[in-house]
Amino acid sequence: MTERTTEQAPPRDPRNEDPAAGSATLDTVTDSDPDGRSRGSSSRRRGERVFRGLTSGSGLLVVAAIAAIGIFLLVQAVPSLLANNANFLTSPLFDTRDPANLNFGIRDLLAVTLLSSLFALVIAMPVALGIALFLTQYAPKRIARTFAYVIDLLAAVPSIIYGLWGIAVLAPALLPIATWLQGNLGWFPLFAPGNLPVLTGTIFTGGVVLAVMILPIITAVTREVFSQTPRFHIEAAQALGATRWEVIRMAVLPYGRSGYIAGSMLGLGRALGETIAVLIVIRAATSPSSFSLFDGGYTFASLIASAASEFSQPLPTGAYIAAGLVLFVLTFVVNAIARVVAGGKVNG
Amino acid sequence: MPDAQRSGAGPSMGATGLDAPERPADAPTFQALSTGRKIKDNLATALVSLAFLIAVVPLVWVLVTVVGRGIGAILSADWWGRSLSGVLPESFAGGVYHAIYGTLIQALLAAVIAVPIGILAAVYLVEYGRGRLAKTTSFMVDILAGVPSIVAALFVFAAFISILGGVQSAFMVSLALVLLMLPVVIRNTEEMLRLVPDELREASYALGIPKWKTILRIVLPTALSGTVTGVMLALARVMGETAPVLVLVGYSQSINFDPFAGNMASLPLLMFSELSNPEAAGQYRIWGAALTLILIIMILQLGASVVSRFSAISK
Amino acid sequence: MRYQRRAAAVGLIAASALLLGACGSDENAGGGGVSAAPGVTCGGKPDLRASGSSAQNNAMTRFVATYQQTCQGQTLNYTPSGSGAGRNEFLGGQTDFAGSDSALKDGDETNRAQQRCASPAWNLPLVFGPVAIAYNVPGVTDLVLDGPTAARVFNGQITTWNDPAIAALNPGKQLPAAPIVVNFRSDESGTTENFQKYLVAASNGAYGKEAGQTFNGGVGAGARGSQGVADATRNTPNSVTYVESSFAQRGGLGMAQIINSGGGQPVPLSTESVGTAVNNVQVTGQGNDLKLDLNSLYQTRAPGAYPIALATYEIVCSNYADDQTASAVRAFLQSALSPNAQQALPEAGYVPLPEQFKQRMTTAVNAIQ
Repeated sequence: MTERTTEQAPPRDPRNEDPAAGSATLDTVTDSDPDGRSRGSSSRRRGERVFRGLTSGSGLLVVAAIAAIGIFLLVQAVPSLLANNANFLTSPLFDTRDPANLNFGIRDLLAVTLLSSLFALVIAMPVALGIALFLTQYAPKRIARTFAYVIDLLAAVPSIIYGLWGIAVLAPALLPIATWLQGNLGWFPLFAPGNLPVLTGTIFTGGVVLAVMILPIITAVTREVFSQTPRFHIEAAQALGATRWEVIRMAVLPYGRSGYIAGSMLGLGRALGETIAVLIVIRAATSPSSFSLFDGGYTFASLIASAASEFSQPLPTGAYIAAGLVLFVLTFVVNAIARVVAGGKVNG
Repeated sequence: MPDAQRSGAGPSMGATGLDAPERPADAPTFQALSTGRKIKDNLATALVSLAFLIAVVPLVWVLVTVVGRGIGAILSADWWGRSLSGVLPESFAGGVYHAIYGTLIQALLAAVIAVPIGILAAVYLVEYGRGRLAKTTSFMVDILAGVPSIVAALFVFAAFISILGGVQSAFMVSLALVLLMLPVVIRNTEEMLRLVPDELREASYALGIPKWKTILRIVLPTALSGTVTGVMLALARVMGETAPVLVLVGYSQSINFDPFAGNMASLPLLMFSELSNPEAAGQYRIWGAALTLILIIMILQLGASVVSRFSAISK
Repeated sequence: MRYQRRAAAVGLIAASALLLGACGSDENAGGGGVSAAPGVTCGGKPDLRASGSSAQNNAMTRFVATYQQTCQGQTLNYTPSGSGAGRNEFLGGQTDFAGSDSALKDGDETNRAQQRCASPAWNLPLVFGPVAIAYNVPGVTDLVLDGPTAARVFNGQITTWNDPAIAALNPGKQLPAAPIVVNFRSDESGTTENFQKYLVAASNGAYGKEAGQTFNGGVGAGARGSQGVADATRNTPNSVTYVESSFAQRGGLGMAQIINSGGGQPVPLSTESVGTAVNNVQVTGQGNDLKLDLNSLYQTRAPGAYPIALATYEIVCSNYADDQTASAVRAFLQSALSPNAQQALPEAGYVPLPEQFKQRMTTAVNAIQ
């Protein structure tokens, strides 16, 4: 991406300029038009009103869409929630086979979702930071552009492929690391033995796959922000004799920090909602989650996707919609935090 | 950005990256770099390069695998022109035309709905919006950007199929894709609109042109390339979404031209469906379809960057 | 800006050309060696719709290919959306027949069927597929199991390969002292249901869990789809799973020989051994409704009969309101019963219907009106 030109005067806000707002001279000019080709102040104002209405209607539509998502999901979920025999928040079961006896809860879903996504974030954030720094501050421009394009292309790889790659290649490759971690750090709750009899296809594996998947988005946003660091900040630091790292530390990182955080939150949101790769990689377990990275199970998204073909009866479907509602709330919160932190520096 | 050309002695900057400033031959007034700072600098370089390498290895591996395993499929002429109608699971005959068509038509329908709404909403945010509604809209656009595709699919299922009584079809998938495309279109258009110089607007107002005509005839065309870029990037984003096609439409091995009824294939759905095929032909189709999808998305992304280079506005 | 518009226009035209179907075709001549079946009366509705069990999906694909070849211009669109969804869609009139791993339940479902068809609905078991107990145990190539032992492996009571119960059935073989890793189907599946029904029926109560489409054994790790469990077993030493035989064979997994309830010699999985079991199965339905008592399959005592198989029914109306639909359904089922279609089944992992059974099916199919 090309860099913005700096040192402009603060842009004037187009919203403050409305030529139709009470300029008597304009009215007299048009009224005195002898050809009768005057647009006519009333029709001009009508066009203005229509267009204005259209645009604010579109804006309203976006707000309404979010509200509608929340409302419709809630409406479909409530009957199933009322018919639920288990505690929605604390039950590890998710049994919707018998519509007359629903027992579903999100405890395990929450555990697996949060563990896998946060683990992925912990891996992806430093690596993305490194890549972004490398591409903007260290690499020659041509290499930077090529690799930036390659990394963007990786966002295009379908998630099924990541899933297949995850179980076929990554899981066996990670096995020695997983074995070492459990053998030596097994006392730490995150590395304790989980509810799977194997160390492949666990949240650990899934988290690494997710990290690879969210790397492009975090890198893209961070790279964008770093490349917009004001040139004179960098030059000033260099003029003071700073080494490259010190320039980064003094000029690039402070400027880009909020964008980096916001990009990471965006990546977290993607990880939370990732469906197919998780469905293929993380294996189902037979006992409740023990909050270890070596557990198996479903995330919200993978559970809904696994049941997608069974949406034939209203009450069981409502249970999955309730899970979807929780996921919606979760991503809402994450994105709200990102928005507050970044204050609009993020490109959706 | 023009290269900084300076004559005479003094620090020179390469047009790329940052070089440590050169020192004149004899510089008793400059202190040598302290060891501590040098170590930190080298360490930082090492870590950053390491991060880059760690990332590059799996990413390049994935790309190489997809290309390697999929290239055989996409090089066959049948692949692009035929469907899988009547083809047995173990046969290498047939192609994925039905899936390519499905992917394109679903994305196109979504674009037809999302692009006008998106552009209008962006115009609202930049040109008209003030106060609570605008702030809320901008906030909600960011929220919408983070809504997972499975949630969007569930919403369309809950609203349009369960409550309003529609049927599963490709059009439902398009509706879900609209939700996913909107934020990208809005944000990109918004950015481009903000970059249109105010002088253009003022000149237009000075000629007596009303605001709405100014926007339609002057501002939007100036921002056109950025908008087109945004649309292409949005399309690239939604074409690979698997969740909506799992929930909202059924798979078919034959071509179905009707997006409003019946099962329709698409590249992600074909891949998901072939996962349960144990034959070698199943793998062949999965990797081939993956490479096909990546190619289509790559063309869109390339197109987007080409269009943005013809931009009337320098970013 | 002109070049922009031109480029965009060109792009749009190219895309529309592709989309308008100028270059796509459903004709796939090299589809895979199917031939037209003799003795089938074609005719009727050109586009049949059916949905249901995914366990018979592979067989359905072959049947549809034969049907298309036999009756030009006619086809069937089968959606493997699951047995429950399939039955629901048939009872709701959205499909012409259903593919289901279990027959219509007495009571609610048979009543709705009576309403939908204005006549009784028939359960026609068209597809039988053997289910293998597939294992990956280094050094062991001909594992033998029986009902009770298998049940105790799959419910976690037997935990190591060299357990005395397994050793008793496998004298002289080197069984490792390693823990058994059970791989089960995490998605709802008819294979799981049939396998658990077998464990319940043939283990004399040793299984202790309910049958159902989700695995209730309470032990092991799940994997998605038959391919998933086969891959998981291939990649994990000392693991075992239950999976359709075609997946086991392609994955290079061992398939256990089973001692059936008759207590005789261990029976290897083969077309003949499963065919023997199918031939001896009891039909509990009346007349042309060929609902089976699958316990007679799982508990078969016939020598040389392999007891673990899944059966899927095609649920049809005995008397369709619309003659066109009836003709088409008859034509499809006739072509599915033809030797051409049946011969293609073993390589897909299914068992051709034994002659006796096929006779009964043919009579029933021809009676559809």
